Amino acid sequence: MVIKLENLTKIFQPGDAPAVDNLTLEVDEGDTCVLVGPSGCGKTTTMKMVNRLIEPTDGKIYVENEDVSKKNPIQLRLNIGYVIQEIGLFPHMSIAENIATVPRELRWPKQKIQERVDELLSMVGLDPELFRNRRPSDLSGGQRQRIGVARALSADPPLMLMDEPFGALDPITRSYLQNEFLRIQEKIKKTIIFVTHDIDEAIKMGTKIAIMREGKLVQYATPDELLSAPADEFVVNLIGGNYSIKRLHLIRVEEILKEPFTVSPEDSLDEAKEVMEKSQLELVLAVNGEKHLEGLVTPSSLRKEGERVGDVMDTPDLTVDSGATLNDALSVMLTNGEGYALVVGDENRLQGVVTLNAIMEALQDNEK
Amino acid sequence: MELLYSMGHYFMLAASSNPQEGEPWFFEPFFAYLVRRWDRILVMTLEHFELILVATAIAIAIGVTVGVIISYYEPIAYPVINVTQVLMTIPSIAMIAMLIPLFGIGFNNGVAALVLYMLLPLVRNTYTGIREIEPAVLESAKGMGMSELRVLTKIKLPLALPVIMAGIRVAVVLGVGIGAIAAYIGAGGLGSLIFNGIERVNYPMIWTGAIFISIIAIVLDLILGWGEKRLYRY
Repeated sequence: MVIKLENLTKIFQPGDAPAVDNLTLEVDEGDTCVLVGPSGCGKTTTMKMVNRLIEPTDGKIYVENEDVSKKNPIQLRLNIGYVIQEIGLFPHMSIAENIATVPRELRWPKQKIQERVDELLSMVGLDPELFRNRRPSDLSGGQRQRIGVARALSADPPLMLMDEPFGALDPITRSYLQNEFLRIQEKIKKTIIFVTHDIDEAIKMGTKIAIMREGKLVQYATPDELLSAPADEFVVNLIGGNYSIKRLHLIRVEEILKEPFTVSPEDSLDEAKEVMEKSQLELVLAVNGEKHLEGLVTPSSLRKEGERVGDVMDTPDLTVDSGATLNDALSVMLTNGEGYALVVGDENRLQGVVTLNAIMEALQDNEK
Repeated sequence: MELLYSMGHYFMLAASSNPQEGEPWFFEPFFAYLVRRWDRILVMTLEHFELILVATAIAIAIGVTVGVIISYYEPIAYPVINVTQVLMTIPSIAMIAMLIPLFGIGFNNGVAALVLYMLLPLVRNTYTGIREIEPAVLESAKGMGMSELRVLTKIKLPLALPVIMAGIRVAVVLGVGIGAIAAYIGAGGLGSLIFNGIERVNYPMIWTGAIFISIIAIVLDLILGWGEKRLYRY
């Protein structure tokens, strides 16, 4: 799904400065194009012209080479996922009914809608049995936003429009949902237009970033290009200092994972000691047969009384999920004063260890 | 004061027709009247309900429609609500008199007058109910591809329903009281008991009319209030 904006202009009141000024932009299939800029720069207006919630004053928008102004706006919108910051769940409907909005408009058979709702609930990490029949008012902010994303994905639209979807959440939930969305996006590969005013979020979420100012496009580049070659003073100020720290948002922990040294909780302490000597980390992880993370063995736990690893191991709390960025991992390390973080995937399955050294190496490679 | 006076008057009247000391003046004549004329009272109660039901049905149809229309045309919203507000300030007896050239006397006139009185709470509450919906809810509905008609029937009206129900409740209770006046031009109902009772200085008759009208108003208010609460599930 390729989207082309051609000389797009929007003037709300005749005589006013244009909200969007002669904007030309092309978004490739599978890209996440983040529109970023200070408030009033026209990013939301641009996004809303794609699904015709706002009609352009001038210029054209092509979705898959079709001029959207010639399409029926209802048909157009049914094929474009739409998520906004305030979510706008329907408070009088159950979660299942909310998610089923678009399939219902498309008159899918009941059975198919039900299956799709359950599939989506599982996809966004909510148990269908538990959440299907709840009302939006029963959910926390983070859960509501997941439903918002599930609802937008319900009819599997090739294109998604997302207007500050994680803007109203607390920083921890936000970063968690961002990671989760990145993981989902890796599987579903939608073309996404994503609006935010947060440059860190843009660097993290975008494969392409379009920086806007007063309705004009200032720079359109990949996050990497943006950090290494900002177009002008405005972009430099928007990114702010600390380029190396911003790069932490660009790299995922998966890319620098180290294979962990593991034992089973059933193993004896001597076996654990042996494994620990082999690792340079003074850190051994206890996992069960299916690689579910059970516990953490450090030199101090080996000094405890006990026969098996299971008796002495500590609870692992320094975990990040596999979609996390180096920034998330570093933040966990700093918070706990340790030089490592454990990476776990679905169902608490251990995937590896990230160390402070590995982060520093990755940054040095990336700078080159 | 007036009530005290009429009660005193009633007592005197009761005393003069029944000269014995300690003669009961309220309950016994009242219940005697209920027992004697229960068939007539029943018919009038049903007539009263009919008047209210027909008027409420018509008023909901008109009021909700007008409320929906003005929610789409913001500039005319307040002028329209003001007109319904002015209608409400017209004394009921004057309203009924003014409607005689259009509807003659009888049931239709009563219904027309009630409908005009009921419009304000219905129009205003429908309008407010729709306007108070969170803009994000409407934006997401539209953005996902619901047509305006679907947004109205699936989102706006269901979400405005509790507020509209509150309007219906006010309208119905208002109608029960004003419906009594409509008996003056022969619209029937319990008001007839009051008017006839005044003419004939028949106090049990007046009491019956007044008490039954109050009971209907209170019962309908309780039922609708219960229904309204059931709607606030979210």
